Amino acid sequence: MKYVAPFRDPKRIQRVARQLAETCTRPWKIMEVCGGQTHTIARYAIDDLLPPQLELVHGPGCPVCVTPLEVIAAAHGLVLKPNVTLCSFGDMLRVPGPHGDLLAARAKGGDVRVVLSPLDAVEIARVNPERQVVFFAVGFETTAPSTAMSAELARRLDLSNFSLLAAHVRVPPAMEMLLSAPGNEVQGFLAAGHVCVVEGTSEYPAIAQRYRVPIAVTGFEPLDIMLGVLDVAAQLEQGRAEVTNQYQRAVRPAGNPIAQATVRRVFETADVPWRGLGIVPGGGLKIREAYARFDATRVHDLALGTIAEPTACRAADVLQGRLSPVRCPEFGKACTPDNPLGAPMVSTEGACAAYYRYRSVRRGAHRVG
Amino acid sequence: MPRTTDIVRSGVERIVSDEPNLSCPVPFARYDRVVLAHGGGGRTMHALIDGVFARILANPELDTARDGAVLDFAGRVAITTDAFTVSPLFFPGGDIGRLAVCGTVNDVAMCGAEPKYLTAAFVLEEGLPLSDLERIVHSMADAAREAGVVVVTGDTKVVERGKGDGVFITTTGVGHCRGDVRVGPPLIRPGDAIVVSGPVGDHGMAVLSVREGLEHETPLTSDVAPVAGAVMALFDAGVDVRCLRDPTRGGLATALCELSQAAQSSFRIREMDVPVRAEVADACELLGLDPMYVACEGRFVVVVGAADADQAVRVLHGAGCAEACAIGCVADQRGPVIVDSPLGGERVLDMLSGEQLPRIC
Repeated sequence: MKYVAPFRDPKRIQRVARQLAETCTRPWKIMEVCGGQTHTIARYAIDDLLPPQLELVHGPGCPVCVTPLEVIAAAHGLVLKPNVTLCSFGDMLRVPGPHGDLLAARAKGGDVRVVLSPLDAVEIARVNPERQVVFFAVGFETTAPSTAMSAELARRLDLSNFSLLAAHVRVPPAMEMLLSAPGNEVQGFLAAGHVCVVEGTSEYPAIAQRYRVPIAVTGFEPLDIMLGVLDVAAQLEQGRAEVTNQYQRAVRPAGNPIAQATVRRVFETADVPWRGLGIVPGGGLKIREAYARFDATRVHDLALGTIAEPTACRAADVLQGRLSPVRCPEFGKACTPDNPLGAPMVSTEGACAAYYRYRSVRRGAHRVG
Repeated sequence: MPRTTDIVRSGVERIVSDEPNLSCPVPFARYDRVVLAHGGGGRTMHALIDGVFARILANPELDTARDGAVLDFAGRVAITTDAFTVSPLFFPGGDIGRLAVCGTVNDVAMCGAEPKYLTAAFVLEEGLPLSDLERIVHSMADAAREAGVVVVTGDTKVVERGKGDGVFITTTGVGHCRGDVRVGPPLIRPGDAIVVSGPVGDHGMAVLSVREGLEHETPLTSDVAPVAGAVMALFDAGVDVRCLRDPTRGGLATALCELSQAAQSSFRIREMDVPVRAEVADACELLGLDPMYVACEGRFVVVVGAADADQAVRVLHGAGCAEACAIGCVADQRGPVIVDSPLGGERVLDMLSGEQLPRIC
């Protein structure tokens, strides 16, 4: 735990909180991009440590939340096929689709397996040649390299029964989209550390300069978050808009070139839909032609139409930082983790689920039930 | 019930290869795996019962010639039943046999009773290696000895291959209630101390690590063990025990939520004081799981009168629970379980909607 314990040290964290209180003279609105950061903020009640004029708003960085409904519907459709095994990360299983979630699909006889790595899905395909194994490949730059590795491995093994239902997305274009939206109120960012472990920080200076927003790359422990907030707040107070790396124990400016190269061999950048945001230019990855035989949409002839969102769910506003989960009229009423109306109430990285699970005691408005 | 045709078919497969005479009695030793005939009520089944269950679990109360056991009891009796399924069947620190004994005797102990007798029903899947079954039953016998209980009666069924997960075991436990001991959530009072008997999350992470093929620098071992001895030590020492609960499925967090709801009292828990082994915490970090929600099989939560908190911890230390400690107290209001974060914030500790699922990244 030597990489964790010091970053949860109450004394150090409270010292940063005091510095922050001295630094902040005006109201600022800072967005934490990643659901992992949101989870930490909620779990450790970090809001309680911030000066009142500083507001953290939650960004779109929850892979479960931004995976389009039509892709989820396609996954559900695949599961209904008798010869298909769908492999997925655990937290996709509870996302409601048009006809219930994947847990319900499994109970109806669908073959759905939880894997911790896409390489496990390749192994399942290898030992079950009679099954068509599909890996439900979602996530940001963080998970894309292992997905790409799985495609390369499947090609090396010459598997004809493995494919990817891929919906990988890229974070910096979505940040840019939020900043350029009319009525944007976000003044600074905590950028997602794990994304930068892979891709580095080179995409951020242009964004910081163009939109005059400070960006701090942070990790996911409470001290990481606090140092990021302090850095962004100090920059805002001083009128600076730079990119800083508050996660130096994991992030190198150039990222991980091997992982990047692996991703580029299998995927190319594309304009893709994000749930809640719409089409994000350059905001995702699509499988290259050379790997088309591992593209589940082709192998299984899937037509991804568009599907209307449940009207009561305001996930789009939550994902864009325009609505705090607790201010959603359905939060904790019609929408709970037991009966989620939308994806942000599902994954622990979803802002609504994080708020529900770790709702602060002091902030009475967050009390439910 | 297994279909007759299947019994014949599986019998024929073996008999054709090993034994040409179809009318010959089929001794238990002929098979190295469970076949449907082992549940068929005939000689093969009796050979299994005598050769495995009666031999390994032997005790004066176990009479396989009868379908039940007749026992002497005086005073109040605690009874509980539990079904066990685990994948894999064998895991570091235990197996389904040890689990099936400990889980049930611990539930008896949580009633404030001293476990005495167990029944055991086995649902065996066709194809289970008999060596595995023997190993499991040996492990049950060892755990039963450790817990001071005997298995007094049982049952065996066999299901076709693919219709079970190797073996399912259901055990029922019976115990003597101690004198006038009364425990339960209605006895919980504001100010009471909440003590946990040891580090949480060991069992869940040990099983998950084997299941997922995760390797750790320090191997994780399940905590599966009978806790009745430690519970009885508390009563023997005269500790003012209000309520007992073992944090199995759903872990410590769920146990605390259940107790708090049943007692209609808010609990306050000091997160920093909840014992979690470093290797368990590391494994949880890696998978995005919260150790507070990970199963234990050899721990218990005990709510004691405030004045007895220190004594309870001392007694537990002396009873083999070296890492027992107080983790919080009962508040004087209704409400949820509240966790004091080490950073000074506080949050509600809630029951999960379902099981914890590893996060994407």
